[in-house]
Amino acid sequence: MKARAFDYMRPKCVQEALEAFVGADGDASYIAGGQSLVPAIALRLQAPGLLIDIARLDELRGLSIAGGHLRIGATTRHCEILGSDLVREHAPLLAKAAPFVAHPAIRNKGTFGGSLALADPASEFPAMALALDAIIEIASVEGSRRVGAGDFFIDLYETALRPGELITAVYVPLATAKTRTAFDELARRRGDYAIVGAGIDAQMQGGFVERIRIAFLSVGSTPVRARAVEATLTGRQLTPEAIRQAQDVLGTELDPAGDEHTPSEMRRHLARVLLGRLLGRLEANV
Amino acid sequence: MSGKVAISLAVNGETIEALVAPRTTLADFLRQDIQLTGTHTGCEMGVCGACLVLLDDRPVHACLMFAVQADGCAVETVEGLTLRRAIDDLQKVFHERNALQCGFCTPGMLVSAYGILASGDEPDRDGIRDALSGNYCRCTGYESIVDAIETTARQRRQHRAEEKA
Repeated sequence: MKARAFDYMRPKCVQEALEAFVGADGDASYIAGGQSLVPAIALRLQAPGLLIDIARLDELRGLSIAGGHLRIGATTRHCEILGSDLVREHAPLLAKAAPFVAHPAIRNKGTFGGSLALADPASEFPAMALALDAIIEIASVEGSRRVGAGDFFIDLYETALRPGELITAVYVPLATAKTRTAFDELARRRGDYAIVGAGIDAQMQGGFVERIRIAFLSVGSTPVRARAVEATLTGRQLTPEAIRQAQDVLGTELDPAGDEHTPSEMRRHLARVLLGRLLGRLEANV
Repeated sequence: MSGKVAISLAVNGETIEALVAPRTTLADFLRQDIQLTGTHTGCEMGVCGACLVLLDDRPVHACLMFAVQADGCAVETVEGLTLRRAIDDLQKVFHERNALQCGFCTPGMLVSAYGILASGDEPDRDGIRDALSGNYCRCTGYESIVDAIETTARQRRQHRAEEKA
């Protein structure tokens, strides 16, 4: 199908973009990479009267270190995350998840902020924002505010973003010498949406888990933290016994939806398998 | 609403000035406005990879952006790559290895392959399959396409080694 007719503008700054949205009485959409928005418009699932192109705004670009955090400008593309030494050093979990994001051509245009704003529960970066306890910086004509990833993802494709608000940057706490991370996902074919995926960001000292955050993708209407599993593992060593217990707790904690290809029980089983693998890697520090 | 917008972009090295409706995708602009029909439209939702072009030298889906977004950018299509003889070797090996049957996916495959090999790395078969995960071919079963890209990568390495020697 082809898109409905719409107007297009390329503002010179974030403020102009925000004002344009208000000026359109909300019948507008911001576009950056557009890798989900363009097909949605082409299929007429969305039909904004005005597209506000924010892809070239310098304010929204780039990777930098800022006050104990890695600042990821909202329009930083997936391929830039994948190729960044800063990300590898300071946010290794993102570097491990990035090769799993879509396909190369999509990664060349899709943006980090766009992925979070869409909040697809099967996407890697929203779940990783949760695992990293990232802070999401949001602008509107009223000013700027910050929301923790834990409060950002509300329901299926629903976030804390209010109409007209725009993600400007995401702040990820810097990895330390104690940081260990792991990411993997299970899919039927390369590049397909994962049946289940997970990322772990932990602080470990002398073999003991000081702090651990585990986030799953594709197991619910939002990315999901496995908080009961985290509580089970905190303060312990990742022994085979502890990992088995964590898998059992996960089996009771997760309640994934089933579909015609993947019954709920199968997805729960695969999540347990995946958790076991990831905790094994965390212990082995690979 | 929806008046046409003036854009200026380089397509295959030539500057193109055009008026486009904002809703026109880059793929439709290339095919219909400037008659570059090597870029194919299959799914028109970013799944099949038949419409891949280079945008500022990186493969992207021409169906997943509007032509207005390419204003000021450099676009290169399979025609451009062919004319500047950047993929002579790939095309030859695609032919030799039977890496196409109906040929519908081939422009996208060539643009992907160009992207895979542009870095000068020599990817293994798994790496090639990974990089082709966004390109659908309904005829070949992919093996011959992977063969062709693997062979071209090897030939280019040998060629570079010979040039050095």
